[in-house]
Amino acid sequence: MTLLHHELRQGRTAFAVWTAAISFLLVICIFLFPEMRGKMDVLGDMFASMGGFSAAFGMDRLNIGTLTGFYSVECGNILGPGGAFFAALTGVSILSKEERDKTAEFLLTHPMSRARVVTGKLAALFLQITAMNLLVLGFCLLSVRLIGETVPWKELLLLHTAWYLLQLETGGICFGISAFLRRGGAGIGMGLAAVMYFLNLIANLTEHAGFLKFLTPFGYCEGADILAAGRLDAGPVAAGMFCACIGIAMAYWRYTGKDIR
Amino acid sequence: MDVIRTEGLTKYYGRTRGIDHIDLSVRQGDFFGFIGPNGAGKSTTIRILLGLIRPDCGRAQIFGLDAAKERRQILARIGYLPSEVSFYPGMRVRDVLKLSAGLRGVDCGKTAGRLCERLQLDPTRKTEELSFGNRRKAAIVCALQHEPDLLVFDEPTSGLDPLMQKMFFEILEERSRNGATIFLSSHILSEIQHHCSHAAMIREGRLIASGSVAELSRTGVKRISIRGAVHCGALSGVRDLRVTPEGVDFLYSGDMKSLLSAMANGDVRDLSVTEPDLEEIFLHYYGQEAKNDPLTS
Repeated sequence: MTLLHHELRQGRTAFAVWTAAISFLLVICIFLFPEMRGKMDVLGDMFASMGGFSAAFGMDRLNIGTLTGFYSVECGNILGPGGAFFAALTGVSILSKEERDKTAEFLLTHPMSRARVVTGKLAALFLQITAMNLLVLGFCLLSVRLIGETVPWKELLLLHTAWYLLQLETGGICFGISAFLRRGGAGIGMGLAAVMYFLNLIANLTEHAGFLKFLTPFGYCEGADILAAGRLDAGPVAAGMFCACIGIAMAYWRYTGKDIR
Repeated sequence: MDVIRTEGLTKYYGRTRGIDHIDLSVRQGDFFGFIGPNGAGKSTTIRILLGLIRPDCGRAQIFGLDAAKERRQILARIGYLPSEVSFYPGMRVRDVLKLSAGLRGVDCGKTAGRLCERLQLDPTRKTEELSFGNRRKAAIVCALQHEPDLLVFDEPTSGLDPLMQKMFFEILEERSRNGATIFLSSHILSEIQHHCSHAAMIREGRLIASGSVAELSRTGVKRISIRGAVHCGALSGVRDLRVTPEGVDFLYSGDMKSLLSAMANGDVRDLSVTEPDLEEIFLHYYGQEAKNDPLTS
């Protein structure tokens, strides 16, 4: 518990900044919805003229005049990449920062097994991701009520679950990478999250690149698919969670046998 | 009983030598000095003992337990001061001490308070604001507060002013009297000579001498200082030769008759023959090892 508490304390500033930034942008977005709905004729024409761009963001298959359609596109484009960047940055540095900041000697000369250190840090990572998602969800639900809309519970919870799983997968993979690094890997984490995001955009642009959806967790977060099916696609979600588990297993394997310099 | 025992401990970083077949033995209650120049392999040895790195071959035992496999039990009884001290950002000294105690699952508040007082360390200060010496003091308190059975200190006095060095060694001697074993790695030979009962010398990853400090001092080497003019060129066993306008000064391990003969042929106005200090003994061993080493001879 001491290590978990310590990790949460160390990460509290980044957690607060990311949570506040994402929540703020989502709340702004939700508060814009009533005005946007009033301009749907103009917006509809505009999105129709954008061709591939609309397809890339799934706007060709969604009615953004509805709260759920608007929410999945606009809020999805904030919480999707924003949450993935947070999970990637936190995950990729949580083990490697000890060697980068030369605190590994301090930490690892205390009577704890390396596996326990990895477990403590993993718990801190998942707790931060979970807490951020719960807070963001809370702010979103409150905002929806404040603009006088009825909360579409099922759709909103499905969308938020998908984004949460996306962050768990990204965090798990980056956690595995972190065990191999001796210096901070912020660039690697951000790069990986960005690549996964753009892979999904490309997959939306053309059917020939549809297979890319299976390579990125953004694939199972596609609002149009979730709202149409009324559920998450279990196959890609399971594959994503498997990737996260591989990342975590690699972290245990590498960190427990690693020379700390 | 040996508190530390290593057999054939070897570590290479790729092709770079770390340590090469180190056999070390430190008995319970010893105040043990580990001497060597920078890069000799002192920190590598310590890091293997603490389980931070794994040896390529050989084995290390602490308290009779395998250093690689039984780290947790070993580390619970060790206090370690690294050569480079780093703390987590944004923490105060008291937070660091509390974190260290928490990770050990013990409450060391009283001992930590006493140590902070003796070392004149303000526990309310942020670690980023501390001077190099004060950061070191914080790390010393961390290493000592849980009253470990074995203290492993890597270059402990760098950054401490002379008064604090004195206080630091007073605390170590108290701990030693109370039965703790102290393993002190240093390149400051006077520290080892003044405080340690046993020592080992390491050079280029290999142990070149080990024993009691008194034994290590009995090398047969003398420091010879001559005022006047003496031709030393024909003498064998001369090292660390310094020629000044007043005379010559050197370490001598050769035949006394030859030395006396050289002096008789020279112009000696004054002569002093003294026991060398540990620094000079180290140079003696260092030179001897280099002479025996086909790569350096």
